Amino acid sequence: MNTEKQLFTISVYTENNIGLLNRISAIFQRRHINIESLNISPSEIVGVAKFTIVVNMAEESVKKIIGQIEKQVEVIKAYYHDQDEIIYQISGLFKIKSELLFEERQIQNIIKESNARIVTVNKEFFVLEKSGKKEEIVTLYNKLSVFGIMQYTRSGLIAVTKEEMKISALLETYNN
Amino acid sequence: METQTIKSKQNTTKTTERISGSEAIVRCLIEEGVKILYGYPGGAIMPVYDELYKYQDKIHHVLTRHEQGATHSAQGYARISGEVGVAMATSGPGATNLITGIADAQIDSTPMVCITGQVFSHLLGSDAFQETDIVGISTPVTKWNCQVAKAADIPEAMAKAFYIARSGRPGPVLVDITKDAQMEMFDFSYEKCTKIRSYVPVPKTDFSSVEAAAKLINAAKKPLVVWGQGVILSKAEEAFKAVIEKAGIPSAWTILGASAIPTKHPLNVGMVGMHGNYAPNVLTNECDVLIAIGMRFDDRVTGKLDEYATQAKVIHFEIDPAEVDKNVKTDVAVLGDAKASLEAILPLINKNSHTDWHQKFKDLYAIEYEKVIKDDIHPTKEGLTMGEVLNQINIYSKGDAAIVSDVGQHQMIACRYAEFNKTKSNITSGGLGTMGFGLPAAIGAKMAAPDREVVSISGDGGYQMTIQELGTIFQQKAAVKVVVLNNDFLGMVRQWQQLFFDKRYASTEMVNPNFVAIAEGYYIKARKVTKREDLAEAVKEMMESKEAYFLEVCVEKEGNVFPMIPTGASVSDIRLA
Repeated sequence: MNTEKQLFTISVYTENNIGLLNRISAIFQRRHINIESLNISPSEIVGVAKFTIVVNMAEESVKKIIGQIEKQVEVIKAYYHDQDEIIYQISGLFKIKSELLFEERQIQNIIKESNARIVTVNKEFFVLEKSGKKEEIVTLYNKLSVFGIMQYTRSGLIAVTKEEMKISALLETYNN
Repeated sequence: METQTIKSKQNTTKTTERISGSEAIVRCLIEEGVKILYGYPGGAIMPVYDELYKYQDKIHHVLTRHEQGATHSAQGYARISGEVGVAMATSGPGATNLITGIADAQIDSTPMVCITGQVFSHLLGSDAFQETDIVGISTPVTKWNCQVAKAADIPEAMAKAFYIARSGRPGPVLVDITKDAQMEMFDFSYEKCTKIRSYVPVPKTDFSSVEAAAKLINAAKKPLVVWGQGVILSKAEEAFKAVIEKAGIPSAWTILGASAIPTKHPLNVGMVGMHGNYAPNVLTNECDVLIAIGMRFDDRVTGKLDEYATQAKVIHFEIDPAEVDKNVKTDVAVLGDAKASLEAILPLINKNSHTDWHQKFKDLYAIEYEKVIKDDIHPTKEGLTMGEVLNQINIYSKGDAAIVSDVGQHQMIACRYAEFNKTKSNITSGGLGTMGFGLPAAIGAKMAAPDREVVSISGDGGYQMTIQELGTIFQQKAAVKVVVLNNDFLGMVRQWQQLFFDKRYASTEMVNPNFVAIAEGYYIKARKVTKREDLAEAVKEMMESKEAYFLEVCVEKEGNVFPMIPTGASVSDIRLA
């Protein structure tokens, strides 16, 4: 098994209970593993939450982590994937002074070229949204930062797998 | 298949009764078969105590002298009975005082339910008097925990707590209940929990793994079994004995596996690990098939991992999938309950005796006996040894006593030399190594098995960490036999200082009080032995006492425990001196 560190995306299907984030994050904390990004949202199954956790670690260690996560009573199933096995997106929001939109022609070009979307515009500022790979968001950040960004924030990675994830079938067996 | 809504279970009609949350807590305990409860009252749990007053004919509450004592007593109760131990405390400091016992129960897989009172729910998060985030604090050391802020949620939380604590790989659970939830009236009904959607307590056993394991065992020339507490927890003792007897496999135990089969069983080759026996440690690195049953390859057992049984094919019988390949890479993992797996493999294994292989264990035992054991249990030099005290206890207990040990040198000596005829007889703090565990755990053990002789063995250090529980012994009239092996040192640390820190005995020498006077202060019969000629008679008197008895034995100051595998060394580098 590969002992080289690489990015893995961990998908954890859980009951939607208070305190579970604490339990799961503690598993990483205890092993001194930095979570690169974390997103929690409802999943395709009603009442089941999905954690999407990105970590940079060796596959052997990820397997052990998955075991520890699955051990938690309220965790239904945990999977891990490398970057080729998933389709993923992250989202960035940029708050920029409105005057720049009109005075710096280049900004308009940047918006067009990057396929970013204007979310809102008012007298003081406008907000740009860009979804894509992390590199695309960072590139846009680099281009805009030349002109000055009032606020910038980036979401955690969200992902779906290319292969079927048999979580519903698994839940059916649990229910029977 | 990927998109599907899971239907919620339809509610069944239940008979309800309007009662308070605190009465519900007590009624839940009764429903779960709890007869003894260890705890300490305080402001945020008072409504429950008030209900306990009403139900004292059904539940006996044991007032310990510290909340830590409550958890250790509950652990001792659980370990000897196989039932869930229950401890209760108030909020804030009461709750945090439970943590050591909870952490101990977690690492030693002891079923325990802890109930803590919490401040009123409108005060949560406001740094109210005696408020702590006990759910946050206990999260890393519980199998499961939750906070209840509505009376109506109490029955379900309690039912889940007991189910989770006792099922699968057992463990401690904490339920934190706000004071308003305790006082609120609601329609009570109780349904035991038998299933939780996301929780698979026992993984399904793949029969092909059983067949693969049998194949390896049948082909083995030099097989070695290392069993752990999993054998006891799954009540697999008989199935286990049948398997090793049929296959004729020398079998060694981890500290928590002790007593699953009698000490004198011909296939019992002793303890593995840091202070284990010479033969099973050395021969771990010579066996061709290592069969681990209900154990987790703790670092105290394996020593240096990359030199541990590298020549052997490894079979791991295990209930917790996260333990497989965690420390030692296995060739065959048999997931599931140990009893079921061992019963499944029994018909598949061939009868064997492995006579030559057994002889190797006998030869190495003879070396260990000459170099270590003889002088430990039959010393001729001046100064009482811990081993000879254990030897005397064996003589009078005839192997039928439950031995509850604390943590340190005396613990290793107790585990090495105590003789056991019955399962669930070795109660000690394994994974966490909690000094102070022994005395309160012995109280719980004695209350769970009042007909059994329970001998608590402590060092002078650990004993003083929970010495106040002598008060509980006195008040409960728990006929525990308390032995303190006093060397006026924190002996195990001192041994390490001697061996690895140039005898710089930094803060390990203890100036001890008059232990006999303290015991007598609690109205417990007490005796101190300083000479060999008085030992046998004193042990006899203690064992024959119908009441609690305290025996202090002043042992040699600088006695060491050998064999020993130094930290980070290989199991085959075990030292005899």
